[in-house]
Amino acid sequence: MLVLHSQDELPDILPGQFVQVRADGAKNTYLRRPISVHDVDYEHNNITLLVQRVGEGTKAICDSEIGSVLNVVYPLGNGFSVSSDWKSVLLVGGGIGAAPLLYLAKVMKIKGLSPLVLLGGKTKNDIIRIDEYRKYADVMITTDDGSLGEKGFVSQHSVWNLREFDHIAVCGPLPMMKSVAAIARQKNTDCEVSLENMMACGLGACLCCVENTKEGNLCVCKEGPVFNINRLLW
Amino acid sequence: MVNTTINLKGLSLKNPVMTASGTFGYGEEYADFINFSDLGGIIVKGTTLNPRQGNPYPRMAETPSGMLNAVGLQNKGVRYFIDEIYPRIKDFDTNVIVNVSGSTMDDYVQAAEMIGELEHIPAVELNVSCPNVKQGGMAFGVTCSGIEQIVSAVRNVYKKHLIVKLSPNVTNIAELALAAEASGADSVSLINTMLGMAIDAEKRRPKLSTVTGGLSGACVKPVALRMVWQVYKAVKIPVIGLGGISNATDAVEFMLAGASAVEIGTANFIDPAVSVKVAKGITEYCERHGFSSVSDLTGALEV
Repeated sequence: MLVLHSQDELPDILPGQFVQVRADGAKNTYLRRPISVHDVDYEHNNITLLVQRVGEGTKAICDSEIGSVLNVVYPLGNGFSVSSDWKSVLLVGGGIGAAPLLYLAKVMKIKGLSPLVLLGGKTKNDIIRIDEYRKYADVMITTDDGSLGEKGFVSQHSVWNLREFDHIAVCGPLPMMKSVAAIARQKNTDCEVSLENMMACGLGACLCCVENTKEGNLCVCKEGPVFNINRLLW
Repeated sequence: MVNTTINLKGLSLKNPVMTASGTFGYGEEYADFINFSDLGGIIVKGTTLNPRQGNPYPRMAETPSGMLNAVGLQNKGVRYFIDEIYPRIKDFDTNVIVNVSGSTMDDYVQAAEMIGELEHIPAVELNVSCPNVKQGGMAFGVTCSGIEQIVSAVRNVYKKHLIVKLSPNVTNIAELALAAEASGADSVSLINTMLGMAIDAEKRRPKLSTVTGGLSGACVKPVALRMVWQVYKAVKIPVIGLGGISNATDAVEFMLAGASAVEIGTANFIDPAVSVKVAKGITEYCERHGFSSVSDLTGALEV
């Protein structure tokens, strides 16, 4: 978990938007890394991120000492939709990729919605920050090995047979998002997913992070990262 | 007071710093970070006669001190540029220059002719050096005869300042610069990206959908600097230097090697405000070293 503190007042940040972070001086990386916003504390001007050590860039960020100054550009991209018309909303997250759903659940709760959160992971160790989610939502869990919650994938959870939803928001590994999108499509439920294609600029200038959609190649950083599945070719 | 203005064979720049095509979108993407009036110019995304979807994802791979890209000139075509984008950017308080590319000679000529009619576009940068398109692009830019054909044909229809952007993927870049000059180019810019490749060993697959792509960023700077020096010594027209410029010192080095102006490319991805910082830093360098005019830096290398 990484808390970024801004000396200036934070701008409005939408759930699903992301920041780009670089530990300047890192020897082995060049570009900033896009990381979704996990939580926002406007009172103290803090943004919380969950950063997984996957490569050199995230390693350099994780190894930054407390109090160090990072190169950050934010807030970037478009957020998840939030509508007070929705009676039942499901947020589905996988592993650390679930990160933006905490802030989404918080904002939904503030707007009077009662979202359900479904978190999946390989084992119980991959399901993190459950108590934080519980502040804003009822939480359901699946693990591949059954060490916590129902055994299996999020797409196999019993809730799919018990409830219908007005809207589903998904963030996590690509195969998991695709499996949830397939269920949403089958049930004809409105569904948004958050993509994380490899990015360079984060501003829609370099056209590196494109997703091939029904409207052609679109920048995930600027047109997304949140897309309604109806726009995608999934 | 240091005089920062640059006269590129009739094209007047407030200072020598421009942003490189493909790294700066249409400028608007960076409006939150800089004032365009602080720059000598912005060179907008490569524009082709017809819309292009570009190459499939993945198009980018980070490499040591740089990156490979294989965007493949994704753009909505010159008509869309003229109708939709030009009205939004034409009044930026800087030189807005359009990078023009194509698959055939006719593509280049038609696109340049259409851009030539836009009052607020004082120059085009002819991209004969994109390594990421199957036809045209770099194919024209790696032989003198290719350059001569394209540049003379565009010169016939385009009356304003014509910049020719050169490829580093050649044996002798000075010969190509001379060919551009002889065919009517007003200036040359160099270098475009260097052809490179990245592999994911675990997956035994290339990192880019196109296998090879264009290398840019700090890692290409020594090569770019050497080529600017070689071209500066060969041609009489102004040279615009680019390739890995990340700060004012880098930019000064390019000017000392012979560049009259510079372009900032990949560094925009690391610091969206870097171009303006470079412009300020060049002025500070001049103050520190007693140059009354930034243009005096050009070719001031003592060998």
